[in-house]
Amino acid sequence: MSTDVEVVGQDTGPPPEEVSASGVEALVRRGLDNLRTGNLGVLPIFLALVFIVVFFGYRATNFFTAENFGNIIIQMAGTTMLAYGVVFVLLLGEIDLSISYVAGIGALAVAELQNPTSSRSGMSGLIAIPLAIAICVVIGLVQGSIVAKIGVPSFVVTLAGFLIWQGVIVYKLALPGSIIIQDRWINYTGSYYFSHLAGWLIAAGVTVLYGVVTLGSIAGSVRAGLKVQNKGLVIAKVLGVAVAAFGVVAICNSASIQGTPLGLPLAGVIIVVFLVVLTYLAKRTTFGRHVYAVGGSAEAARRAGINVARIRILVFMISSGMAAIGGIILAANVNSVDTNFGGGTLLLDAISAAVIGGTSLFGGRGEVRNAFIGGAVIATVSNGLNTAGYNPGTIYMVTGTILLLAVTLDTVVRRLQVKSGR
Amino acid sequence: MTDTPLLELRGITKSFGSVQALSDVDFEVRSGEVMALVGDNGAGKSTLIKCVAGTHTADSGEILFEGREVHIHGPKDAASLGIEVVYQDLALCDNLDVVQNMYLGREAHDRLQRLKEPIMEQKTAETMKSLAVTTIRSIRQPVATLSGGQRQSVAVARAVMWNSKLVILDEPTAALGVAQTEQVLELVRRLAQQGLAVVIISHNLHDVFETANRITVLRLGRNVGIYERDKTTQQEVVAAITAGVPTKVSGIPHAATGAAS
Repeated sequence: MSTDVEVVGQDTGPPPEEVSASGVEALVRRGLDNLRTGNLGVLPIFLALVFIVVFFGYRATNFFTAENFGNIIIQMAGTTMLAYGVVFVLLLGEIDLSISYVAGIGALAVAELQNPTSSRSGMSGLIAIPLAIAICVVIGLVQGSIVAKIGVPSFVVTLAGFLIWQGVIVYKLALPGSIIIQDRWINYTGSYYFSHLAGWLIAAGVTVLYGVVTLGSIAGSVRAGLKVQNKGLVIAKVLGVAVAAFGVVAICNSASIQGTPLGLPLAGVIIVVFLVVLTYLAKRTTFGRHVYAVGGSAEAARRAGINVARIRILVFMISSGMAAIGGIILAANVNSVDTNFGGGTLLLDAISAAVIGGTSLFGGRGEVRNAFIGGAVIATVSNGLNTAGYNPGTIYMVTGTILLLAVTLDTVVRRLQVKSGR
Repeated sequence: MTDTPLLELRGITKSFGSVQALSDVDFEVRSGEVMALVGDNGAGKSTLIKCVAGTHTADSGEILFEGREVHIHGPKDAASLGIEVVYQDLALCDNLDVVQNMYLGREAHDRLQRLKEPIMEQKTAETMKSLAVTTIRSIRQPVATLSGGQRQSVAVARAVMWNSKLVILDEPTAALGVAQTEQVLELVRRLAQQGLAVVIISHNLHDVFETANRITVLRLGRNVGIYERDKTTQQEVVAAITAGVPTKVSGIPHAATGAAS
């Protein structure tokens, strides 16, 4: 969600003096400029997503429906939350393998807290959710401290975490086997739909907010006497956001199950809220700037007076916290937590989502929106292959191929750009 | 050029275990001059600079800044005095753009830690202009896309931007081609003209004679002498670096005795 004075990140547009044409022309020119410099951003993967949607639209009769659109949003929510955290860890050039089972711990914690026992009645989800997130943030604090202060490689620390937290889940759930989640607040994260009116209001709110932030940023540049990007480009971007917001709500509002109208899923709003908040954190705050700096060159960051250990620890806390939120949503999707929770492909899906979207494994390059689009691709492929009746094995093979293609394309493009003397 | 040195080191001694890196070394630099610090590998140049930068603490000796004795215990202390060091490997983040690197670790922000991009962009542009760094196409392009000379210019500009009084350059031209070296040397001369004290560490005597007003030679952790650029030759300095013969000593008298022992 970059606003119009392109200030941060790798996809800095062309220098301001080049932008003086109409909005569309400016957009095209900026695209070409990015293409020339090998900065494809999310464009290839976005095109892939369009292709996937069209493909399944032909192959599966019940794929291209409003109901299924809402399904995909809910299905991508949990993994995408984890992937958001992964982006931050990858930006540092570190890895967090524990997230899937930390998500499990988050889910287990809310399930335990809301579960009425003989000695106490269950807690409300409104208290249980923040508590569960807090527990996982502490896990991140411990793991991050071992990485940052003692210097144990994050791969090892979080691999140990992977085993330990899986062990805790199996240990705690060995006897009951699973805990049913009855609390409505927790289940809402996976199954609440806004009313049609609320959906429209949210779309309007998103548009207005984006417009205000964009204008505010431009005003700041004008005050500082800097050149501002073309007006048409600004209008095109705000219009784009408006079309996307209202489009999503329109599709969701037209869905219904057995005569009951559905609407915009709460999970979708959660996805977008975290997309915006975390993008803001990464791009507009000193903390985010320092994360990129440490990922680019930890030594340079240290010499510049940045507390590298503190940044590392905070990032692992974000990673675990986002894992907890993802875990809670995933648990809400099935209304329960069992001994297998956090297993399967959750970890690799989350990392793949971040990497497919264009986040580098070597640190310093990537954006939160990479995880958003990667999460969408993975959920869409999985959903599409399911509805088209393919063997589940196919899902893994296709997802793996997309991951390989996405990263290969990125690598090749970057090579070409080195060759062309950049 | 003023007469009191901006920075004066007296009798700096530093050892790492049994290795005596610096023994009783004196050094000084004045505002508006370029002082070269030369010597062979292991002469103690880097160690001496690190004592000033706050990376190391000297075992004994005093550091005077603007005539007052100061204690530098970390990079922050050095920065607050107005001492900036540009290291050999630049310490820039390739993935960040010029503005972001200029403000690395000292970003302009409000109480909510929100970055004030317009201010940072504006001040960067001003600094670049005042130093006549004109080869960089856009200050919003990542440092990875810059040439070696441009990167060095960014590193130097960053050091200058913070109202610094003393800029120390560690091998600023080591990895540069001819044209880029000239570009950086020009920048170094301009810094001194603007009234800053500049210390340049270099192996390349050509660069040293192109820029420096005075030359301090170290050998095996000791002073050999201080030479005035206009009153010496490259041969003489080379002899001092390799053999440590204190041929002609001006400036601090103590240096002569140190070198003779």
